[in-house]
Amino acid sequence: MTRILLMGNPNVGKSALFSRLTGVQAIVSNYPGTTISYTRGHMKLGEEIAEVIDVPGTYTLEPTSEAEEIALRLLDSGDIVINVANAINLERNLYLTLQLLERGIPMVVALNLWDDTKHRGVDINLEKLRELLGVPVIPTVAVTGEGIKELVENISMATSPHHLPTTRDERWATIGKIIEQVQRISHRHHTWQERLADASVKPLSGGLIALAILAGSFFIIRFIGEGLINYVLDPLFNTLWSPVVLKLSQLMGGGGFLHDLVIGKIIGGELNFVESFGLLTSGLYVPLGVVLPYIVAFYLVLGILEDTGYLPRLAVLMDTIMHRLGLHGYAIIPNLLGLGCNVPAILATRILESKRERFIAATLISIAVPCAALQAMIFGLVGARGLGYVAIVYGTLFIVWIILGIILNRTVKGFSPELLIEIPPYRLPPWRTVAQKLWIRTYGFLAEAIPIILGAILVINVLYILGVFDAIANFTAPVVTGLLGLPKEAVTALVIGFLRKDVALGMLAPLALTSGQLVVGSVVLAMLFPCIATFVVMFRELGWVNMLKAVGVMIVAALATGGILNLIL
Amino acid sequence: MVTLAQLKSGQSSTVVDIQGGRRMADRLNALGIIPGKKITKTSAMLMRGPVTIEVDRVEVAIGFGMANKVIVRPDRVP
Repeated sequence: MTRILLMGNPNVGKSALFSRLTGVQAIVSNYPGTTISYTRGHMKLGEEIAEVIDVPGTYTLEPTSEAEEIALRLLDSGDIVINVANAINLERNLYLTLQLLERGIPMVVALNLWDDTKHRGVDINLEKLRELLGVPVIPTVAVTGEGIKELVENISMATSPHHLPTTRDERWATIGKIIEQVQRISHRHHTWQERLADASVKPLSGGLIALAILAGSFFIIRFIGEGLINYVLDPLFNTLWSPVVLKLSQLMGGGGFLHDLVIGKIIGGELNFVESFGLLTSGLYVPLGVVLPYIVAFYLVLGILEDTGYLPRLAVLMDTIMHRLGLHGYAIIPNLLGLGCNVPAILATRILESKRERFIAATLISIAVPCAALQAMIFGLVGARGLGYVAIVYGTLFIVWIILGIILNRTVKGFSPELLIEIPPYRLPPWRTVAQKLWIRTYGFLAEAIPIILGAILVINVLYILGVFDAIANFTAPVVTGLLGLPKEAVTALVIGFLRKDVALGMLAPLALTSGQLVVGSVVLAMLFPCIATFVVMFRELGWVNMLKAVGVMIVAALATGGILNLIL
Repeated sequence: MVTLAQLKSGQSSTVVDIQGGRRMADRLNALGIIPGKKITKTSAMLMRGPVTIEVDRVEVAIGFGMANKVIVRPDRVP
C-alpha cells in the first residue's frame, strides 16, 4: 500500500488537512506541537487505497526534540510526502521543503493557510514556485476544505526532482533566490487580532489578560459543569434511573452478594448514588453523573483556548516562573492538559527538548496536577462541605507543584534549554474543530473510563468480601491513622486510586470523615500513585528507572504533605 | 551593535551573529533566525523574561538567556 506522509513545520495545519483527506478525526489546535505522535488514516488514491500519516511538525530534518525525531524516523517509511507549508511564511517553511527534496522522495507541496495571504499582504507567484521547486504546489485552506480536491488530484503527480544535498548556508541562499522571484510583500495595517496579540505578551496588559482568561475559564467550566449536573444529569438519575434501580433491588431480594455487587448497599430505602458502590449505581453515576459534566465543560473551554492561539502566549508570560521549576514557559501547556487527564499531558511533554525537563514535567504533572475526573469528585464531595475546603485542596496542590518543582530543579542533574517558540496569530476558533475535539476527547473518556470504573467497583466488592481490605487496613494503619489522621479504612481508597481516582475519592464518602480529614484524603489521593493509565505512560515515556524515581518522589511528597495538612487542619 | 535582549521594543534590526553553542544555533536556524535576517523586537517580559520578535511575518518568543546571545545591528531610524 502506498504510504503518504503529511510533513511540515509545526502549526501549519497538517492535522486539519489530515482530517480532510482521510475523514479520520484528529485533534487540531492553534499551537505548535499539537500532534506529538503520529496518526494514521486511509484515503482513496485513484483506484487504490493509500495510507496517510499525520507526522508531528518539524522545522528541519536535524531534530531538536522528541517529536521531531519521530518525524525523521517516519520519513524513511514513506512513499510520497505532502509537504504542508505556511503560505504566510514561505521563507522558513521552504527550509524543510528543500531538505525533503534533497532526500529524493516524491513530493507535493500544499501551501496551506492560503486565505491568510490576502489580508497579510503576501503575494505568491505559484507558477514560478512550481517551476523552481520542480514539484506540484497547491494552495489550500485545510480548515474550510478549499483546494483539497486539487491536492488529491495532484498526489499521483508527485515528483522527485534532482536536488543535491547542500549545506545550511547554501540552502538559505537558495531560499533567498526563490523568495526574490516568487514573493511580493505589501504593507498592511494591523488588524484587531494583531493588536490584541501584541497586548497579550506585554508584561502589564499580558498579565491582566492572563488573569482574566484563567478566571473566566474557571467560572465557565464550573458554570457548565454544575449546570449539567443540577439541571440535566441529577434529574435524570433521580427521576428516571432511581426507580428502575429500586425496583430491581426489590426483585433481587434487597440484599445478598449479587445484589450488593449490582446495586450496592441501600440504607433505609434511600439510594445514594455515590456511596452505594454497586455497578448500576456508583458504577454509572460516578462517570456519567459527576465526571462527564466536568469533562465536557473542561474540554470545551480548553479546546477554545487551544484554537484561539492563546496558549503559546501564556507560555511566554509564565516563562520566568517556570524557569524556577527547571522548565521553560512552554511546559505550561502539558501542565494545563494535565488538568484534563494526566495521560495526554505526559505524552505532551514530548514538546520539551531535554530529558531533564521531561522528567520534571512528568513528575510534577503526575503528583500535583489533578485530572478532571478527580477534580469533579473533589467539587462534588469536598465542595459539599464548603468551597473554602476546595480552595485548601487546590492551594495545597499548587504550593506542592511550586515547591516540588524548585526542589527538582535544584536536584535533578542535566540541562534545561530555554524557551524558543513560534507564536501563532490569534484566530477565531473554527467551531467545527472545537466540536470535533470535544467529541474525540469526551468519547475517549467514556470509552476508557467506564470499563475501568465498572471493573474497579467489581474488584472493590470482591476484595471487601474476601477481607483483603481489612488486612491492608490493619497493616497500613500506623501510616494512615498515625501520620495522616484518617480512619484506617481510608487506605482502601488510596489503593483503589491506582485504578481510578474518581472512584477512589467516592470510597471516602461513606467513612463519615470530618471536613479536615476529607481535605487530607483528597490531597493525598491526588498526589499518591497516579492511576494505572498514567503509570503505563510514564513507564513508556520516561523508562522504568526514571519512573521509579518519580514514584519515590511521589510517595515522600504525598505523605509529607498529608502529614503536614493533618497537623494544621 | 547590541544583543537582542538590549534592543528596544518596537525597534527593527538585522541579525549579525549568534554567540551560543551549536545546539542553540540549530534551534534558531530552524526558526529562520540566522545572520543577515531582519527581525523586529515586539516586546519583552519583565524580570529577564522572554523577548518576542517578528521574523518574516511570524512572531517568535526567545528565552532571555538566548536573546542575550543574539547580536543585532539596530536599523537607523529615518
